[in-house]
Amino acid sequence: MRHIISLLMENEAGALSRVAGLFSARGYNIESLTVAPTHDATLSRMTIVTRGDDQIIEQIIKQLNKLIDVVKVQDIQDAPHIERELMLIKLQASGEQRDEIFRLAEIFRGQILDVTDSSYVVQITGPGARLDAFVDAVGAIPVIEMARTGALGLSRGSRGMSV
Amino acid sequence: MELLSGGEIFIRCLQEEGVDVVFGYPGGAVLHIYDAFFQQDKVKHVLVRHEQGATHMADGYARATGRVGVVLVTSGPGATNAVTGIATANMDSIPMVVFTGQVPTHMIGNDAFQEVDSVGITRPCVKHNFLIKDVRDMAAIIKKAFYIASTGRPGPVLVDIPKDVTDPNIKIPFEYPKDVALRSYNPTVKGHSGQIKKAVDLILSAKRPMLYTGGGVVLGRASEQLTRFAHMLNYPITQTLMGLGAFPASDRQFVGMLGMHGTYEANMGMHHCDVLIAVGSRFDDRVTGNLAKFCPTAKIVHIDVDPASISKNVKVDVPIVGQVGDVLNEMMRMMEHEGRTPDAEALAAWWAQIEEWRGLECMKYKWSDEVIKPQYVVQKLWEVTGGDAYVTSDVGQHQMWAAQYYPFDKPNRWINSGGLGTMGFGLPAALGVKMAYPDAEVACVTGEGSIQMNIQELSTALQYQLPIKVISLNNRYLGMVRQWQEFFYSGRYAMSYMEALPDFVKLAEAYGHVGMLIDKPSDVEGALIEAFKLKDRLVFMDFRTDPTENVYPMVPAGAGLNEMILV
Repeated sequence: MRHIISLLMENEAGALSRVAGLFSARGYNIESLTVAPTHDATLSRMTIVTRGDDQIIEQIIKQLNKLIDVVKVQDIQDAPHIERELMLIKLQASGEQRDEIFRLAEIFRGQILDVTDSSYVVQITGPGARLDAFVDAVGAIPVIEMARTGALGLSRGSRGMSV
Repeated sequence: MELLSGGEIFIRCLQEEGVDVVFGYPGGAVLHIYDAFFQQDKVKHVLVRHEQGATHMADGYARATGRVGVVLVTSGPGATNAVTGIATANMDSIPMVVFTGQVPTHMIGNDAFQEVDSVGITRPCVKHNFLIKDVRDMAAIIKKAFYIASTGRPGPVLVDIPKDVTDPNIKIPFEYPKDVALRSYNPTVKGHSGQIKKAVDLILSAKRPMLYTGGGVVLGRASEQLTRFAHMLNYPITQTLMGLGAFPASDRQFVGMLGMHGTYEANMGMHHCDVLIAVGSRFDDRVTGNLAKFCPTAKIVHIDVDPASISKNVKVDVPIVGQVGDVLNEMMRMMEHEGRTPDAEALAAWWAQIEEWRGLECMKYKWSDEVIKPQYVVQKLWEVTGGDAYVTSDVGQHQMWAAQYYPFDKPNRWINSGGLGTMGFGLPAALGVKMAYPDAEVACVTGEGSIQMNIQELSTALQYQLPIKVISLNNRYLGMVRQWQEFFYSGRYAMSYMEALPDFVKLAEAYGHVGMLIDKPSDVEGALIEAFKLKDRLVFMDFRTDPTENVYPMVPAGAGLNEMILV
């Protein structure tokens, strides 16, 4: 099953490679991984999307907690949560494709960020599945390139993960 | 406040931590530190012959004393040579702090001479590691390193020190931090009382109980608690390779080691038990055999200080995270307070079954008047040393025979590389033990294969007058490899034959020690007595043992514990 694991870790050099190294050394799967500092400059927040049965997810969380630089770990799949991801996608846009892309972007509440006479760059945000759906909807229109941030997540409600 | 350079701070920190000996090897990046070493006499330095030797010495020292072993090596090859020893300590959870020199901070990343990313290389095989970028951080980082290495589930911590950080011309005020607080590291000590109660209920409900205890009991200094706990219950107890000695092997309740080369009674007891009480053990694959066939009828209680050890390989029913000694104390208090005792009738029947298994005498081996049996050498070693020596081993058949035929009654006496299985561990580890306990008998049980992996440390032994006894079971084969090839590869002995062996007697003599060659069974005991009489000499005993002898019993890889090959 797919899980979104959020963790707070010391904003230290090498902390990211400790986490990434743990996943590769123990053969855990990483679907996506994002990391950035938080409002507390001493902490970084990392969001990892992974897959595994309950036993594997339990081990992943325990092993992450065992890392000295990791301050807090939470499987946000456990409770109601919000998931968002951002995608930038550059599509070949000429002739009828231009209208089609424009319409699709509107349907997906996306934005067109860059326009040339032969291409569009579209920004789409939402849960990962929605981004996948956009790519499907684009269908035969050639994709020149794309970049996705990987999922971010927060739990719903007034409580949050803090030190 | 006094002003000190980085090198001086380094030495002062070691003194503050109560370090009495450092095992190391100098080099360019650590010259400032060595210069500071030269100007003090509180911390002793042992010059090894290879950095791997330094790590195993510190490791042996730590295993015997329970204190943190300390290593100091230079950058680049100094650090990479230390990696095997660091990984060895990591697999067996040994508290160790390893200091590596590093190129100056402004040169890091430039492929400078003797530069290697020590923090990166060791990241997967340490408990934690640090790079000191500023001399002002040194004292705090060293404090943290010792704290992390020695608390919770112990392990090695590496501290990488760039050369400019120890510059003798840059002096800063020095104050050693009194305590250390890490918001991200708070090892659990006390077990959860609700879980402990559940465990006690389950333990006392057992009809066919087994205690299965491991290295965590030794590391947690909980031997006394475990012994009382086991006696209170009168349950059979088996120990892992790493746990030997925590409960006295001479006690009737001890059914021997379990696992791949465990006794029949221990493995059958595991297979048929209805409640398994795992204490400071981690369900290693050499212990469990085929997981699908492991303890098929047992409910499992698992006490361990490391939450990640729990339900990693085997799903347990009642997990308790905490220091094993504290948890056992709490359980005993609960049982005493409530006046509860085990099911005596069921236990009597269970013991009768275990005695029947024990009656098989699975550890018997065929005697020979012609050729020395390796088991016999270990048995005689036990007799000659009164069962009270510190015994280190290398890795292979001799390691298993030492574990099987030298019954340990005390913890911290049996010192071997159980997790990583590092050949070359035994000799330097023995030297580390002897540094800690100069008056104790220290024997290294080894083989002609393993001993050659760190034989250069015979030179260190001479320099520091460390008169250990090397018991080499020389069968002219990489014996464990040969055994597997005999069993599982139809006797195709690929590369397991040790051709061109040196004359070990002459080799020992060349290093300034005493060498003995023993090739008759009738000479074994006399030679051992003679060797241990030479109190102030290292004696290298080259026992020519039966080349075809195998380690029994054996649970083949992939089999269940009840599917043993007996002699």
